[in-house]
Parts: sequence; structure tokens; C-alpha cells
Amino acid sequence: MLGEGILKGLGETAKNFAASFVSKDRLTTIQYPEERAPVIENTRDFPFLVYDGEDKMAGLRCVACQICEKECPPKCIYIVKSTDKKPDYVGKPQIYPARFDIDISVCMSCQICVEVCPFEAIKMDTEFELSTTDRFGGLLYDRDQLARSNQHYHKIHPTEAAEVDARLAEEKAKSEAKAKAAAEAAALKAAAAAAAPKPTPAPAPAPVSVKEPTA
Amino acid sequence: MSHSSTAEMKVYRPPVVDIIEEGDELLEVAMGPHHPSTHGVFRMDVALDGERVIRLKPVFGYLHRNHEKIAEKASYLAAMPYTDRLDYFCSLTNNWAYALAVEKLAGIEVPERAEYIRVITAELTRIQNHASSIGFLMQEMGASGTPLMYAFREREKILDLFEELTGSRMMCNYMRFGGCRVELPTGWLAKAQTIVDGLPGFIDEIEALLTGNEILMARTQGMGVLKPDLAINAGVTGPMLRATGVNYDLRKVDHYGIYDRFKFRVPLGDHGDIFDRYMIRILEMRESVTILHQAIKDIPAGPIMDPKSKIRGFRPKPGEAYGRIEAPKGELGFYLISDGSGNPYRYRVRPPSLINLTILEDMCLGQNVADVVLIFGSVDIVLGEVDR
Repeated sequence: MLGEGILKGLGETAKNFAASFVSKDRLTTIQYPEERAPVIENTRDFPFLVYDGEDKMAGLRCVACQICEKECPPKCIYIVKSTDKKPDYVGKPQIYPARFDIDISVCMSCQICVEVCPFEAIKMDTEFELSTTDRFGGLLYDRDQLARSNQHYHKIHPTEAAEVDARLAEEKAKSEAKAKAAAEAAALKAAAAAAAPKPTPAPAPAPVSVKEPTA
Repeated sequence: MSHSSTAEMKVYRPPVVDIIEEGDELLEVAMGPHHPSTHGVFRMDVALDGERVIRLKPVFGYLHRNHEKIAEKASYLAAMPYTDRLDYFCSLTNNWAYALAVEKLAGIEVPERAEYIRVITAELTRIQNHASSIGFLMQEMGASGTPLMYAFREREKILDLFEELTGSRMMCNYMRFGGCRVELPTGWLAKAQTIVDGLPGFIDEIEALLTGNEILMARTQGMGVLKPDLAINAGVTGPMLRATGVNYDLRKVDHYGIYDRFKFRVPLGDHGDIFDRYMIRILEMRESVTILHQAIKDIPAGPIMDPKSKIRGFRPKPGEAYGRIEAPKGELGFYLISDGSGNPYRYRVRPPSLINLTILEDMCLGQNVADVVLIFGSVDIVLGEVDR
């Protein structure tokens, strides 16, 4: 019969129409500004810099090694190294970024900076409502705007952040144990030298941070 | 020899040029680049005699982004996110094709589990691509919205899966040389299984909605016929080629990855018209569902990256490699030449969309101008891949 196919198709749409009153599956539109879809944990859009503790600039994990700047496919990261050093999370002095800019309008959210970072310093945010009326500088973020606390990281990617924290704590414990062992060895040596019959000049105190910073 | 080849050439084209008489005036229309039917920025310079198409010249390049030269200047890894942006509906298959080419170049082995993850993501990609391509085709036919929205409702679920796994819905950037970037999140496979279980219902629904529809049949059957010999000579691949009845599917021919382990059929068309292309896509979705069932059932535990492969400072030995896969739109290949440095000496993409588009004029000659839109839609292209 001519028109049978059309009627069958209309039956299908009628089923959907009627079911949209009773079944949530059939009513799929989310009325965006009022309603929001649940955020998926692994989601990513733009990078941010992680800092530990209270002070943004003091706690920045980034050591300005410039690997992310080099690996970034669209080259949207700009870093200037500092001339002085500050202690990092294990306590050894490290260079920090005097400038760290990301042009969000160039960034393509590929996550390669996160993958190549050896210091867990750069991570992906989930904030997506970033529109601005300033065409020229509004999306060029400096290190102040990019810095987010570790708590924020825990809030948006809990599983991943827990893993990262465990890894960092392990590293810190290792380096502390190493420093402690070195200090004990130095103390032992000093004691042995003191116990020796001939008075020798006291050995210089061993430096606490023995490991050279490796990039 | 030259005689016979010109005779063969004549067979390919419908003899429409004969109907133009001396003194006839043709109307030249530029369809596009900003035309809702062109899937982006694409122009067709059409010469019309009344409603009939006498000449058709495709003009593209509006979306050229210098992909190949950028990749030659960037490291191997840095080209991976750019491949997402080729065919932005199917970023995971693009990733796979590029990763396969680099793995061939550098001789990297992919662990079993990563191969399974690749198959699962690629088949999900194929389903969502075919569903939305059918939706777009119906949109161009005048079925405003309904089939497209039904397709997008299903695509939404698959994109949510992708987002949970890769972090992004469309620009996934998931595969790496020697495996995949991250392990499947907890419960991902169970979620994927639920969605895959729901897919046959969706395909039945869209078939009930469309397949028997008289308007669809009247507008697609016998329209835009592509002959198998022309399709083979032009290098057409994918559903376009299989709709003409040529049995050529790289999953069966090449057995790349682990496709020799799965049982599936390759649907073939008979007439090479728009309706056959539509039907092939429906049937391929059904076959993809069977592959997905097998892959989700069999996926082993284990590592997802080859321990020898490294992210930074990747320098393959000098040489060349061509990696190709059956992307949803056809054969997607990456040709790489390495000179031993950190970036490829030559990087070339074989995009199925561009090559499937080359026979557009042959399909459109003698048809009405309203059907050109449909024929173009049935090729299933993405301009990001055509222009690169």
C-alpha cells in the first residue's frame, strides 16, 4: 500500500512523543543555563598550574624546565625562567617561572603539556565558561590567573589527584630518607673523627640537600 | 590501445552533453561555499540546462589549514592532536591510522589490551558517524530534524563514553605510538556494554522510521548511480565503494590490528545509488554492534602501552611507512618518511573524503539540481579532511 512506510515512520515519532511524557530517556534535551549536565571526571579543557599550600606563588610546583613550551603543538605557552631560586616541595632550591603565559585562544586542549610534565605541575581544568569581551588580552592568562590550588585539582579530578599526591609523597619521603641518611652518615663521620686520638680539623657539615636538581 | 581507452571513458559518463543544442543557454550557479547543504565550506560550480546538471565543478580548499606541513615541522607526538581535526566526527579512527603508520615506521608492538580498546573505540566511532551521516542525509532531503535528532540522541551517549575515557568528546587525542594514553576508567566497559546493548533498538527504530518510507525511496533509488569500474578506477573506498557491490573492506583485506579475530560480515550493495549507500551504512552499524559485543566480551587484562615506546624524544630510524585503516568514510592512510630526526621528513594523508568526492560530477550529470544536494550528502564527507 502506498504510504505504508510513511505511516510506520509516523508511528515511530508518535511513540517517541508520547513516551517523552513518561520516560526520562526520551526527553534528552538539557536546558543549559538553568540545568547542567553532570560533569564527567576525566573531562578536560584548558591547562592550569598547580600550587601547594596557601601562597600561590611560593607553592607553585612548576620549575620552569620549559618542556611543555617545547612540546606544545600550537606553541601557546611562554615561559621566562627566574634568575634566583626558591625551595620546591621536597625543599631543594629550584628555579621558578618568572613569567608563565598561556594563550587560551590558541590552546587546543590536547593535554600534551600535562603528559610531558615531569613535575606534575600543569593539569587540565574543567572550567569552560571563559568568554570575555576583551579580544586582545582577555584570553592571555599569566601565572597568577593560571595558578589553582591542589584542593581545586582534588575537587575536579579526585582519582587522578589522589594518585599524583601519593606519587609526590613517595618521592618526598624518598628524598627525605636520603637526606636523613646522608646527615646521619655525616654525623657518624664527625663523631668518629672526634673520637680519633689525633685532633683533626672538624669536617664541614654535609649539605642537607645532597641531590643536584635534575631537570 | 588509446582507442579502446577512450571508448571505455565514454561508458562512464551518461550522454547528457548530447542534449545541448547549438544556441542553448546554460545557467551557471555557484552552490556554496556558504550553503547549508555543503557540510562546511565547499563550492559546486554547476552549469544547468533548466533543472538538469550539465557540468559540475567541485571547488574546495576553503578550510585549508596546512596540516601536512605543520606536521612536518612538529614532533611525531605533536601531530597527533592535529589528526583529531581532520575528520572531526571520527577522531579516534584518525588517531589509530596515524599511530599505525608510526608504529610501522618504528617497529613498535601494541599490547593486546590496547588493540582491543582501539577496536572498541573505532567501532563506536563508526556507529556514531554512520548514524549522524544518515541524519544529515535526511536533513538534506527535507526531513528537517527528526532523523538527525534521533541519530544525535544516540551519538550523545557514545560521545559521553568517549569523554569519560579520553577527556574530550570530539578531539579525543587518545592513541599513542605503542598503545593508548590512559587505562579504561572503572566501570567504563559495563557502561559501554549497556550502550551497545541499546544500539540494535536504535537501529531498528531508525529503520522503521526511514527504510520503508516512500518519499525516501522515490528520491534515492536510482539516483546518483556510481558504477563499480569507475569507483575502482577513481580510488573510491568505504561505504561508497561497497554500495556498488565491490567487496573491499580493509578490515577483511588487511587484518590490521586484531580484526582477524572477530566474526563479522561485509554488507554489499547492488545498484550503487543513494539508497544503497544509506542501506550499507545501516547494515554496517549492525555489523559494528556484533564486533563490539565480541570485543567487550574478550578484552584481556594487561598493559596498555608498549614499555619500549616513549613520549618525548621519539626518533624513528630512517625509512618510510604507510599505515591505513578502514575509517568510517573509507580508507584513511598516513604516509610517513623519516630521516632519523625528531620530526617526519614527509607526512602525507590519504583522506577518504577527498578521494570519494572526485567522482561527484560523474554521479550528478543529468540529474536534477535538487538531487545534487542529496548525492553530495550521500558521499558523506567532512570538509576538515577534504581540505586539511
